[in-house]
Amino acid sequence: MIDNWETFLIEGIYFLAAILFILGLKKMSSPVTARGGIIWAGVGMILATLATFLTPHLSNLDLIVIAIVLGATPAWWSAKKVAMANMPQMIALYNGMGGGAAAAIAGVELIRASSGHELSTTVQTLAVLGAIIGTISFSGSIIAFAKLQGLIKKSLLFNKQQIINLVLFIFLLVLGAVIVYMGSVPVIVIILFFMVALLFGVLVTIPIGGADMPVVISLFNALTGLAVAFEGFVLSNAAMIIAGTVVGAAGTLLTQLMARAMNRPISNVLFSGFGAADGQEATDDVGIEGSLKPIDATDAAIMMAYAEQVIIIPGYGMAVAQAQHKIWELTRALIDRGVRVKFAIHPVAGRMPGHMNVLLAEAGVPYDIIFDLEEINAEFEQSDVALVIGANDVVNPIARTDPNSPIYGMPILSADKAKNVVVIKRGKGTGFSGVENHLFYADNTRMLYGDGQKMAGELLQGVKEL
Amino acid sequence: MIEGLVALYIFMLAAVVGYEVIAKVPVILHTPLMSGSNFIHGIVLVGAMIALGHADTNLEKAIGFIGVMLATGNAVGGYFVTERMLEMFKSSKGDKK
Repeated sequence: MIDNWETFLIEGIYFLAAILFILGLKKMSSPVTARGGIIWAGVGMILATLATFLTPHLSNLDLIVIAIVLGATPAWWSAKKVAMANMPQMIALYNGMGGGAAAAIAGVELIRASSGHELSTTVQTLAVLGAIIGTISFSGSIIAFAKLQGLIKKSLLFNKQQIINLVLFIFLLVLGAVIVYMGSVPVIVIILFFMVALLFGVLVTIPIGGADMPVVISLFNALTGLAVAFEGFVLSNAAMIIAGTVVGAAGTLLTQLMARAMNRPISNVLFSGFGAADGQEATDDVGIEGSLKPIDATDAAIMMAYAEQVIIIPGYGMAVAQAQHKIWELTRALIDRGVRVKFAIHPVAGRMPGHMNVLLAEAGVPYDIIFDLEEINAEFEQSDVALVIGANDVVNPIARTDPNSPIYGMPILSADKAKNVVVIKRGKGTGFSGVENHLFYADNTRMLYGDGQKMAGELLQGVKEL
Repeated sequence: MIEGLVALYIFMLAAVVGYEVIAKVPVILHTPLMSGSNFIHGIVLVGAMIALGHADTNLEKAIGFIGVMLATGNAVGGYFVTERMLEMFKSSKGDKK
Protein backbone atom coordinates (compact mmCIF):
# COMPACT_ATOMS: atom_id res chain seq x y z
CA MET A 1 0.00 0.00 0.00
CA ILE A 2 2.72 2.44 0.95
CA ASP A 3 5.21 2.02 -1.84
CA ASN A 4 7.52 4.99 -1.63
CA TRP A 5 8.60 7.78 0.66
CA GLU A 6 6.31 10.38 -0.92
CA THR A 7 3.21 8.36 -0.26
CA PHE A 8 4.42 7.64 3.26
CA LEU A 9 5.10 11.32 3.92
CA ILE A 10 1.78 12.42 2.41
CA GLU A 11 -0.24 9.89 4.39
CA GLY A 12 1.66 10.85 7.56
CA ILE A 13 0.89 14.53 7.05
CA TYR A 14 -2.78 13.82 6.28
CA PHE A 15 -2.96 11.86 9.54
CA LEU A 16 -1.39 14.77 11.40
CA ALA A 17 -3.79 17.21 9.73
CA ALA A 18 -6.79 15.08 10.75
CA ILE A 19 -5.58 15.12 14.36
CA LEU A 20 -5.09 18.89 14.21
CA PHE A 21 -8.64 19.33 12.85
CA ILE A 22 -10.20 17.28 15.62
CA LEU A 23 -8.16 18.93 18.37
CA GLY A 24 -8.84 22.34 16.82
CA LEU A 25 -12.58 21.68 16.79
CA LYS A 26 -12.35 20.48 20.38
CA LYS A 27 -10.58 23.68 21.42
CA MET A 28 -13.17 25.72 19.56
CA SER A 29 -15.89 24.33 21.80
CA SER A 30 -14.70 26.32 24.81
CA PRO A 31 -14.52 30.13 24.85
CA VAL A 32 -11.14 30.14 26.57
CA THR A 33 -9.30 28.04 24.01
CA ALA A 34 -11.42 28.85 20.97
CA ARG A 35 -8.90 31.14 19.30
CA GLY A 36 -6.12 28.58 19.49
CA GLY A 37 -8.48 26.03 17.95
CA ILE A 38 -8.88 27.74 14.60
CA ILE A 39 -5.12 28.26 14.37
CA TRP A 40 -4.48 24.54 14.94
CA ALA A 41 -7.01 23.66 12.27
CA GLY A 42 -5.44 26.26 9.97
CA VAL A 43 -1.99 24.71 10.40
CA GLY A 44 -3.51 21.31 9.59
CA MET A 45 -5.03 22.72 6.41
CA ILE A 46 -1.76 24.28 5.22
CA LEU A 47 0.18 21.08 5.92
CA ALA A 48 -2.38 18.96 4.07
CA THR A 49 -2.38 21.33 1.08
CA LEU A 50 1.41 21.41 0.85
CA ALA A 51 1.60 17.62 1.18
CA THR A 52 -0.83 17.23 -1.71
CA PHE A 53 1.66 18.97 -4.01
CA LEU A 54 3.96 15.97 -3.44
CA THR A 55 1.37 13.53 -4.82
CA PRO A 56 3.07 11.34 -7.43
CA HIS A 57 2.04 11.99 -11.05
CA LEU A 58 0.25 15.23 -10.21
CA SER A 59 -0.08 17.15 -13.45
CA ASN A 60 -1.63 20.53 -14.27
CA LEU A 61 0.41 22.09 -11.46
CA ASP A 62 0.23 25.50 -13.13
CA LEU A 63 -3.57 25.33 -13.28
CA ILE A 64 -3.74 24.23 -9.63
CA VAL A 65 -1.65 27.17 -8.46
CA ILE A 66 -3.61 29.68 -10.57
CA ALA A 67 -6.92 28.30 -9.28
CA ILE A 68 -5.75 28.51 -5.68
CA VAL A 69 -4.67 32.13 -6.11
CA LEU A 70 -7.91 33.04 -7.92
CA GLY A 71 -10.00 31.34 -5.24
CA ALA A 72 -8.06 32.63 -2.25
CA THR A 73 -7.89 36.32 -3.11
CA PRO A 74 -11.60 37.22 -3.21
CA ALA A 75 -12.35 34.91 -0.28
CA TRP A 76 -9.63 36.48 1.85
CA TRP A 77 -10.71 39.97 0.88
CA SER A 78 -14.42 39.39 1.52
CA ALA A 79 -13.83 37.56 4.81
CA LYS A 80 -11.72 40.46 6.08
CA LYS A 81 -14.06 43.18 4.84
CA VAL A 82 -17.53 41.94 5.64
CA ALA A 83 -19.35 43.48 8.58
CA MET A 84 -19.86 41.27 11.63
CA ALA A 85 -23.62 41.41 11.13
CA ASN A 86 -23.30 39.80 7.71
CA MET A 87 -21.26 36.83 8.91
CA PRO A 88 -24.08 34.26 8.61
CA GLN A 89 -24.49 34.76 4.87
CA MET A 90 -20.73 34.60 4.38
CA ILE A 91 -20.67 31.25 6.16
CA ALA A 92 -23.46 30.13 3.83
CA LEU A 93 -21.47 31.31 0.83
CA TYR A 94 -18.17 29.65 1.80
CA ASN A 95 -20.08 26.52 2.70
CA GLY A 96 -21.71 26.49 -0.73
CA MET A 97 -18.26 26.74 -2.30
CA GLY A 98 -17.17 23.64 -0.40
CA GLY A 99 -20.23 21.76 -1.60
CA GLY A 100 -19.55 22.92 -5.15
CA ALA A 101 -15.95 21.73 -4.88
CA ALA A 102 -17.06 18.27 -3.71
CA ALA A 103 -19.49 18.15 -6.64
CA ALA A 104 -16.70 19.21 -9.01
CA ILE A 105 -14.50 16.33 -7.79
CA ALA A 106 -17.38 13.96 -8.45
CA GLY A 107 -17.83 15.58 -11.86
CA VAL A 108 -14.20 14.98 -12.85
CA GLU A 109 -14.23 11.39 -11.57
CA LEU A 110 -17.54 10.53 -13.25
CA ILE A 111 -16.45 11.99 -16.58
CA ARG A 112 -13.15 10.12 -16.31
CA ALA A 113 -15.14 6.97 -15.59
CA SER A 114 -17.05 7.46 -18.82
CA SER A 115 -13.79 7.69 -20.76
CA GLY A 116 -12.12 4.52 -19.60
CA HIS A 117 -10.95 5.08 -15.98
CA GLU A 118 -13.70 2.91 -14.59
CA LEU A 119 -14.58 2.93 -10.90
CA SER A 120 -15.89 0.06 -8.79
CA THR A 121 -19.63 0.09 -8.11
CA THR A 122 -19.13 1.10 -4.48
CA VAL A 123 -16.89 4.00 -5.40
CA GLN A 124 -19.19 5.05 -8.22
CA THR A 125 -22.16 5.02 -5.82
CA LEU A 126 -20.32 7.17 -3.31
CA ALA A 127 -19.22 9.55 -6.06
CA VAL A 128 -22.83 9.94 -7.19
CA LEU A 129 -24.14 10.40 -3.64
CA GLY A 130 -21.44 12.98 -2.90
CA ALA A 131 -22.30 14.73 -6.15
CA ILE A 132 -26.00 14.93 -5.26
CA ILE A 133 -25.38 16.16 -1.73
CA GLY A 134 -22.59 18.56 -2.67
CA THR A 135 -24.54 20.10 -5.55
CA ILE A 136 -27.67 20.59 -3.46
CA SER A 137 -25.57 22.17 -0.74
CA PHE A 138 -23.94 24.40 -3.36
CA SER A 139 -27.06 25.83 -4.98
CA GLY A 140 -29.03 25.80 -1.71
CA SER A 141 -26.34 27.74 0.13
CA ILE A 142 -26.15 30.29 -2.67
CA ILE A 143 -29.90 30.85 -2.33
CA ALA A 144 -29.54 31.11 1.47
CA PHE A 145 -26.79 33.67 0.94
CA ALA A 146 -28.91 35.65 -1.52
CA LYS A 147 -31.85 35.67 0.87
CA LEU A 148 -29.87 36.80 3.89
CA GLN A 149 -28.07 39.40 1.80
CA GLY A 150 -31.47 40.71 0.75
CA LEU A 151 -30.95 39.86 -2.93
CA ILE A 152 -34.05 37.68 -2.80
CA LYS A 153 -36.73 39.29 -0.71
CA LYS A 154 -39.70 36.97 -0.79
CA SER A 155 -40.14 33.36 0.14
CA LEU A 156 -41.29 32.10 -3.23
CA LEU A 157 -44.01 29.55 -3.18
CA PHE A 158 -45.94 28.20 -6.07
CA ASN A 159 -48.60 25.61 -6.61
CA LYS A 160 -47.75 21.96 -6.28
CA GLN A 161 -44.24 22.93 -5.23
CA GLN A 162 -43.74 19.93 -3.00
CA ILE A 163 -44.94 17.54 -5.67
CA ILE A 164 -42.60 19.11 -8.22
CA ASN A 165 -39.74 18.84 -5.74
CA LEU A 166 -40.56 15.22 -5.07
CA VAL A 167 -40.74 14.36 -8.76
CA LEU A 168 -37.48 16.20 -9.36
CA PHE A 169 -35.80 14.36 -6.50
CA ILE A 170 -36.94 10.97 -7.78
CA PHE A 171 -35.72 11.91 -11.26
CA LEU A 172 -32.38 12.88 -9.70
CA LEU A 173 -32.09 9.54 -7.92
CA VAL A 174 -33.01 7.67 -11.10
CA LEU A 175 -30.33 9.54 -13.04
CA GLY A 176 -27.84 8.74 -10.28
CA ALA A 177 -28.83 5.08 -10.32
CA VAL A 178 -28.45 4.98 -14.11
CA ILE A 179 -24.93 6.42 -13.82
CA VAL A 180 -23.98 3.85 -11.18
CA TYR A 181 -25.58 0.95 -13.06
CA MET A 182 -24.10 1.79 -16.46
CA GLY A 183 -20.66 2.57 -15.03
CA SER A 184 -19.91 4.86 -17.93
CA VAL A 185 -22.52 7.09 -19.49
CA PRO A 186 -22.36 9.85 -22.11
CA VAL A 187 -21.14 13.14 -20.67
CA ILE A 188 -24.48 14.75 -21.52
CA VAL A 189 -26.22 12.49 -18.97
CA ILE A 190 -23.74 13.54 -16.29
CA ILE A 191 -24.35 17.20 -17.12
CA LEU A 192 -28.13 16.66 -16.96
CA PHE A 193 -27.65 14.91 -13.60
CA PHE A 194 -25.81 17.92 -12.15
CA MET A 195 -28.31 20.38 -13.63
CA VAL A 196 -31.22 18.58 -11.97
CA ALA A 197 -29.34 18.54 -8.64
CA LEU A 198 -28.65 22.27 -8.93
CA LEU A 199 -32.29 23.02 -9.66
CA PHE A 200 -33.44 20.83 -6.79
CA GLY A 201 -31.16 22.70 -4.35
CA VAL A 202 -32.67 26.00 -5.49
CA LEU A 203 -36.28 24.83 -5.31
CA VAL A 204 -35.85 23.27 -1.88
CA THR A 205 -34.29 26.37 -0.35
CA ILE A 206 -36.30 29.12 -1.97
CA PRO A 207 -39.54 28.67 0.03
CA ILE A 208 -37.67 28.64 3.34
CA GLY A 209 -37.46 31.89 5.20
CA GLY A 210 -37.47 33.58 8.53
CA ALA A 211 -36.15 32.01 11.64
CA ASP A 212 -35.59 28.76 9.78
CA MET A 213 -32.62 30.01 7.80
CA PRO A 214 -29.99 29.27 10.48
CA VAL A 215 -31.17 25.68 10.65
CA VAL A 216 -30.92 25.37 6.89
CA ILE A 217 -27.40 26.82 6.74
CA SER A 218 -26.32 24.46 9.49
CA LEU A 219 -27.89 21.56 7.63
CA PHE A 220 -26.10 22.48 4.40
CA ASN A 221 -22.88 22.73 6.41
CA ALA A 222 -23.36 19.16 7.62
CA LEU A 223 -24.27 18.05 4.09
CA THR A 224 -21.13 19.57 2.62
CA GLY A 225 -19.11 17.69 5.25
CA LEU A 226 -20.79 14.47 4.20
CA ALA A 227 -20.22 15.17 0.51
CA VAL A 228 -16.54 15.82 1.23
CA ALA A 229 -16.31 12.52 3.13
CA PHE A 230 -17.92 10.61 0.22
CA GLU A 231 -15.56 12.16 -2.31
CA GLY A 232 -12.77 11.30 0.14
CA PHE A 233 -13.73 7.63 -0.27
CA VAL A 234 -13.67 8.06 -4.03
CA LEU A 235 -10.13 9.44 -3.92
CA SER A 236 -9.06 7.15 -1.00
CA ASN A 237 -8.09 10.24 0.90
CA ALA A 238 -8.17 9.67 4.67
CA ALA A 239 -7.91 13.37 5.57
CA MET A 240 -11.06 14.15 3.57
CA ILE A 241 -12.95 11.19 4.98
CA ILE A 242 -12.15 12.05 8.59
CA ALA A 243 -12.59 15.83 8.36
CA GLY A 244 -15.74 15.52 6.25
CA THR A 245 -17.34 12.97 8.54
CA VAL A 246 -16.50 14.92 11.69
CA VAL A 247 -18.14 18.01 10.18
CA GLY A 248 -21.07 15.95 8.95
CA ALA A 249 -21.73 14.54 12.42
CA ALA A 250 -21.06 17.76 14.31
CA GLY A 251 -23.17 19.72 11.85
CA THR A 252 -26.06 17.28 12.10
CA LEU A 253 -26.08 17.56 15.88
CA LEU A 254 -25.86 21.34 15.72
CA THR A 255 -28.78 21.38 13.28
CA GLN A 256 -30.83 19.25 15.65
CA LEU A 257 -30.02 21.51 18.61
CA MET A 258 -31.20 24.50 16.61
CA ALA A 259 -34.35 22.86 15.34
CA ARG A 260 -35.16 21.70 18.85
CA ALA A 261 -34.76 25.25 20.15
CA MET A 262 -37.48 26.23 17.70
CA ASN A 263 -39.63 23.26 18.53
CA ARG A 264 -39.79 22.29 14.88
CA PRO A 265 -38.68 18.95 13.49
CA ILE A 266 -36.14 19.32 10.68
CA SER A 267 -38.49 17.71 8.19
CA ASN A 268 -40.99 20.42 9.02
CA VAL A 269 -38.43 23.14 8.35
CA LEU A 270 -37.53 21.67 5.00
CA PHE A 271 -40.83 20.62 3.58
CA SER A 272 -43.53 22.80 5.04
CA GLY A 273 -42.41 26.13 3.59
CA PHE A 274 -42.32 28.59 6.45
CA GLY A 275 -45.27 30.94 6.36
CA ALA A 276 -46.94 29.08 3.55
CA ALA A 277 -48.84 31.17 1.04
CA ASP A 278 -52.25 30.79 2.61
CA GLY A 279 -50.89 31.21 6.14
CA GLN A 280 -49.46 34.59 5.30
CA GLU A 281 -52.76 36.00 4.24
CA ALA A 282 -54.68 34.44 7.08
CA THR A 283 -52.55 36.05 9.77
CA ASP A 284 -52.95 39.58 8.50
CA ASP A 285 -54.51 41.65 11.26
CA VAL A 286 -56.67 38.76 12.40
CA GLY A 287 -57.64 39.08 16.03
CA ILE A 288 -55.31 41.94 16.86
CA GLU A 289 -56.62 44.14 19.61
CA GLY A 290 -55.31 47.53 20.57
CA SER A 291 -53.13 49.88 18.58
CA LEU A 292 -49.50 50.75 18.08
CA LYS A 293 -48.55 53.34 20.70
CA PRO A 294 -45.41 55.34 19.92
CA ILE A 295 -43.10 56.72 22.58
CA ASP A 296 -40.17 59.11 22.25
CA ALA A 297 -36.65 58.32 23.38
CA THR A 298 -36.65 60.71 26.35
CA ASP A 299 -39.71 59.12 27.94
CA ALA A 300 -38.38 55.64 27.32
CA ALA A 301 -35.05 56.65 28.87
CA ILE A 302 -36.82 57.88 32.01
CA MET A 303 -38.77 54.65 32.22
CA MET A 304 -35.58 52.62 32.08
CA ALA A 305 -33.49 54.86 34.34
CA TYR A 306 -35.96 54.51 37.20
CA ALA A 307 -36.48 50.80 36.73
CA GLU A 308 -35.15 48.17 39.07
CA GLN A 309 -34.55 45.56 36.42
CA VAL A 310 -34.32 45.94 32.65
CA ILE A 311 -34.06 43.02 30.26
CA ILE A 312 -32.69 43.76 26.80
CA ILE A 313 -33.75 41.49 23.96
CA PRO A 314 -31.59 41.94 20.89
CA GLY A 315 -32.52 40.63 17.46
CA TYR A 316 -31.43 40.83 13.86
CA GLY A 317 -32.35 44.52 13.77
CA MET A 318 -29.55 45.22 16.24
CA ALA A 319 -27.11 43.45 13.93
CA VAL A 320 -28.27 45.42 10.90
CA ALA A 321 -28.07 48.73 12.74
CA GLN A 322 -24.71 47.83 14.31
CA ALA A 323 -26.26 49.02 17.55
CA GLN A 324 -24.44 46.66 19.93
CA HIS A 325 -21.81 49.22 21.01
CA LYS A 326 -24.38 51.90 21.80
CA ILE A 327 -26.50 49.33 23.60
CA TRP A 328 -23.55 48.38 25.79
CA GLU A 329 -22.90 52.07 26.58
CA LEU A 330 -26.56 52.44 27.48
CA THR A 331 -26.31 49.32 29.65
CA ARG A 332 -23.31 50.72 31.53
CA ALA A 333 -25.08 54.04 32.07
CA LEU A 334 -28.06 52.17 33.52
CA ILE A 335 -25.86 49.95 35.71
CA ASP A 336 -24.13 53.08 37.02
CA ARG A 337 -27.54 54.31 38.12
CA GLY A 338 -28.15 51.07 40.00
CA VAL A 339 -30.43 49.41 37.48
CA ARG A 340 -30.02 45.66 37.07
CA VAL A 341 -29.60 44.99 33.35
CA LYS A 342 -29.73 41.58 31.76
CA PHE A 343 -29.59 40.40 28.18
CA ALA A 344 -31.99 37.71 27.00
CA ILE A 345 -30.90 35.78 23.95
CA HIS A 346 -33.33 33.63 22.05
CA PRO A 347 -31.68 30.54 20.53
CA VAL A 348 -32.50 31.68 17.02
CA ALA A 349 -32.27 35.44 17.51
CA GLY A 350 -30.54 36.95 14.53
CA ARG A 351 -29.79 34.65 11.68
CA MET A 352 -27.81 32.00 13.55
CA PRO A 353 -27.62 30.56 17.03
CA GLY A 354 -25.07 32.53 18.97
CA HIS A 355 -25.21 35.36 16.42
CA MET A 356 -26.26 37.84 19.11
CA ASN A 357 -23.67 36.53 21.54
CA VAL A 358 -20.95 37.16 19.00
CA LEU A 359 -22.11 40.72 18.43
CA LEU A 360 -22.45 41.45 22.15
CA ALA A 361 -19.01 39.95 22.75
CA GLU A 362 -17.71 42.24 20.02
CA ALA A 363 -19.10 45.23 21.93
CA GLY A 364 -17.56 43.96 25.18
CA VAL A 365 -20.67 42.83 27.06
CA PRO A 366 -19.58 40.33 29.75
CA TYR A 367 -21.05 36.83 29.57
CA ASP A 368 -22.43 36.87 33.09
CA ILE A 369 -25.23 39.28 32.22
CA ILE A 370 -26.25 37.36 29.09
CA PHE A 371 -28.86 34.68 29.56
CA ASP A 372 -30.50 31.94 27.52
CA LEU A 373 -34.23 31.58 27.07
CA GLU A 374 -34.73 28.98 29.81
CA GLU A 375 -32.58 30.89 32.29
CA ILE A 376 -34.39 34.19 32.01
CA ASN A 377 -37.97 33.55 30.95
CA ALA A 378 -39.26 33.43 34.53
CA GLU A 379 -37.69 36.80 35.28
CA PHE A 380 -39.75 38.92 32.92
CA GLU A 381 -42.60 39.13 35.41
CA GLN A 382 -40.32 40.87 37.90
CA SER A 383 -38.86 43.20 35.32
CA ASP A 384 -39.95 46.79 34.92
CA VAL A 385 -38.86 47.18 31.33
CA ALA A 386 -38.22 44.75 28.51
CA LEU A 387 -36.30 46.55 25.77
CA VAL A 388 -36.76 44.79 22.45
CA ILE A 389 -34.25 45.96 19.89
CA GLY A 390 -34.72 44.64 16.40
CA ALA A 391 -36.22 41.36 17.55
CA ASN A 392 -39.68 40.38 16.35
CA ASP A 393 -40.71 36.77 15.81
CA VAL A 394 -38.85 35.58 18.93
CA VAL A 395 -41.07 37.71 21.19
CA ASN A 396 -44.35 37.16 19.35
CA PRO A 397 -46.88 35.79 21.85
CA ILE A 398 -48.90 34.36 18.95
CA ALA A 399 -46.46 31.44 19.06
CA ARG A 400 -48.11 30.47 22.34
CA THR A 401 -51.70 31.07 21.42
CA ASP A 402 -52.56 30.63 17.77
CA PRO A 403 -52.26 27.08 16.42
CA ASN A 404 -52.81 28.42 12.89
CA SER A 405 -49.76 30.63 13.00
CA PRO A 406 -46.70 29.39 11.15
CA ILE A 407 -44.58 30.05 14.22
CA TYR A 408 -46.98 28.30 16.62
CA GLY A 409 -45.13 26.16 19.13
CA MET A 410 -41.80 27.95 18.90
CA PRO A 411 -40.60 28.82 22.42
CA ILE A 412 -40.50 32.59 22.79
CA LEU A 413 -39.07 35.10 25.21
CA SER A 414 -41.96 36.22 27.42
CA ALA A 415 -41.30 39.92 26.94
CA ASP A 416 -45.04 40.54 27.14
CA LYS A 417 -44.97 39.56 30.82
CA ALA A 418 -42.75 42.51 31.75
CA LYS A 419 -44.45 45.54 33.29
CA ASN A 420 -43.45 47.72 30.36
CA VAL A 421 -42.19 46.81 26.94
CA VAL A 422 -40.26 49.20 24.73
CA VAL A 423 -39.77 48.09 21.15
CA ILE A 424 -37.12 49.76 19.00
CA LYS A 425 -38.09 49.19 15.40
CA ARG A 426 -37.40 50.85 12.09
CA GLY A 427 -40.89 50.73 10.67
CA LYS A 428 -44.24 49.07 10.97
CA GLY A 429 -43.38 46.00 8.88
CA THR A 430 -43.65 42.44 10.05
CA GLY A 431 -40.74 40.23 11.04
CA PHE A 432 -38.81 37.97 8.73
CA SER A 433 -41.54 35.36 8.95
CA GLY A 434 -44.13 37.86 7.73
CA VAL A 435 -46.29 37.28 10.79
CA GLU A 436 -47.96 40.23 12.52
CA ASN A 437 -46.68 40.64 16.09
CA HIS A 438 -49.38 40.96 18.73
CA LEU A 439 -46.88 42.09 21.33
CA PHE A 440 -46.58 45.44 19.56
CA TYR A 441 -50.28 46.08 20.08
CA ALA A 442 -50.35 45.14 23.74
CA ASP A 443 -51.39 47.69 26.37
CA ASN A 444 -48.01 47.67 28.11
CA THR A 445 -46.03 48.09 24.89
CA ARG A 446 -44.62 51.33 23.51
CA MET A 447 -43.04 51.62 20.09
CA LEU A 448 -39.82 53.59 19.63
CA TYR A 449 -39.54 54.03 15.88
CA GLY A 450 -36.13 54.58 14.34
CA ASP A 451 -32.77 53.11 13.48
CA GLY A 452 -31.48 50.88 16.29
CA GLN A 453 -28.15 52.60 16.70
CA LYS A 454 -29.62 56.10 16.60
CA MET A 455 -32.35 55.25 19.09
CA ALA A 456 -29.89 53.54 21.44
CA GLY A 457 -27.81 56.73 21.28
CA GLU A 458 -30.85 58.85 22.12
CA LEU A 459 -31.77 56.58 25.01
CA LEU A 460 -28.19 56.86 26.29
CA GLN A 461 -28.42 60.64 25.98
CA GLY A 462 -31.72 60.59 27.82
CA VAL A 463 -30.37 58.49 30.68
CA LYS A 464 -27.25 60.62 31.02
CA GLU A 465 -29.24 63.85 31.17
CA LEU A 466 -31.30 62.75 34.15
CA MET B 1 -6.69 2.44 -1.52
CA ILE B 2 -8.85 2.41 1.57
CA GLU B 3 -11.03 -0.67 1.40
CA GLY B 4 -14.61 -1.31 2.45
CA LEU B 5 -14.57 -2.20 6.13
CA VAL B 6 -11.62 0.02 7.02
CA ALA B 7 -13.44 2.90 5.37
CA LEU B 8 -16.53 2.07 7.38
CA TYR B 9 -14.50 2.05 10.62
CA ILE B 10 -12.98 5.43 9.82
CA PHE B 11 -16.41 6.79 8.97
CA MET B 12 -17.96 5.49 12.18
CA LEU B 13 -15.20 6.67 14.50
CA ALA B 14 -15.03 10.09 12.88
CA ALA B 15 -18.80 10.44 13.24
CA VAL B 16 -18.56 9.68 16.97
CA VAL B 17 -15.77 12.22 17.36
CA GLY B 18 -17.78 14.89 15.56
CA TYR B 19 -20.82 14.20 17.71
CA GLU B 20 -18.86 14.23 20.98
CA VAL B 21 -17.02 17.44 20.19
CA ILE B 22 -20.24 19.40 19.73
CA ALA B 23 -22.31 17.73 22.42
CA LYS B 24 -21.12 19.91 25.32
CA VAL B 25 -20.78 23.26 23.67
CA PRO B 26 -22.29 26.50 25.08
CA VAL B 27 -24.73 28.38 22.85
CA ILE B 28 -22.37 31.35 22.54
CA LEU B 29 -20.01 29.22 20.51
CA HIS B 30 -22.56 27.73 18.13
CA THR B 31 -21.95 30.25 15.36
CA PRO B 32 -18.14 30.23 15.66
CA LEU B 33 -18.23 26.46 15.77
CA MET B 34 -20.42 26.22 12.70
CA SER B 35 -18.01 28.59 11.02
CA GLY B 36 -15.04 26.54 12.24
CA SER B 37 -16.48 23.27 10.98
CA ASN B 38 -17.29 25.08 7.74
CA PHE B 39 -13.57 25.84 7.49
CA ILE B 40 -12.60 22.24 8.24
CA HIS B 41 -14.54 20.82 5.31
CA GLY B 42 -12.36 23.15 3.25
CA ILE B 43 -10.07 20.08 3.22
CA VAL B 44 -12.03 19.34 0.04
CA LEU B 45 -9.25 21.47 -1.49
CA VAL B 46 -6.93 18.48 -1.23
CA GLY B 47 -9.36 16.36 -3.21
CA ALA B 48 -9.98 19.07 -5.77
CA MET B 49 -6.21 19.39 -6.30
CA ILE B 50 -5.92 15.64 -6.86
CA ALA B 51 -8.90 15.68 -9.24
CA LEU B 52 -7.45 18.56 -11.26
CA GLY B 53 -4.04 16.90 -11.02
CA HIS B 54 -5.16 13.86 -12.97
CA ALA B 55 -7.61 15.58 -15.30
CA ASP B 56 -6.93 14.86 -18.99
CA THR B 57 -9.50 16.47 -21.26
CA ASN B 58 -10.26 20.17 -21.32
CA LEU B 59 -13.70 19.57 -19.82
CA GLU B 60 -12.18 17.69 -16.87
CA LYS B 61 -9.57 20.40 -16.44
CA ALA B 62 -12.23 23.14 -16.48
CA ILE B 63 -14.35 21.38 -13.86
CA GLY B 64 -11.29 20.58 -11.76
CA PHE B 65 -10.14 24.19 -12.01
CA ILE B 66 -13.51 25.46 -10.77
CA GLY B 67 -13.38 22.84 -8.02
CA VAL B 68 -9.98 24.01 -6.77
CA MET B 69 -11.13 27.62 -6.89
CA LEU B 70 -14.31 26.92 -4.93
CA ALA B 71 -12.47 24.74 -2.41
CA THR B 72 -9.86 27.43 -1.81
CA GLY B 73 -12.66 29.93 -1.30
CA ASN B 74 -14.20 27.62 1.29
CA ALA B 75 -10.94 27.14 3.17
CA VAL B 76 -9.62 30.71 3.04
CA GLY B 77 -12.95 32.45 3.61
CA GLY B 78 -13.91 29.98 6.31
CA TYR B 79 -10.63 30.51 8.14
CA PHE B 80 -10.68 34.29 8.24
CA VAL B 81 -14.35 34.59 9.13
CA THR B 82 -13.88 32.17 12.01
CA GLU B 83 -10.71 33.89 13.17
CA ARG B 84 -12.42 37.28 13.19
CA MET B 85 -15.33 35.89 15.13
CA LEU B 86 -13.15 34.20 17.72
CA GLU B 87 -10.96 37.27 18.08
CA MET B 88 -13.80 38.83 20.03
CA PHE B 89 -13.46 36.25 22.74
CA LYS B 90 -9.89 37.33 23.34
CA SER B 91 -10.45 40.20 25.72
CA SER B 92 -13.46 38.77 27.50
CA LYS B 93 -12.98 37.67 31.05
CA GLY B 94 -15.04 35.66 33.47
CA ASP B 95 -16.15 32.96 31.04
CA LYS B 96 -17.69 30.51 33.36
CA LYS B 97 -19.36 28.43 30.72
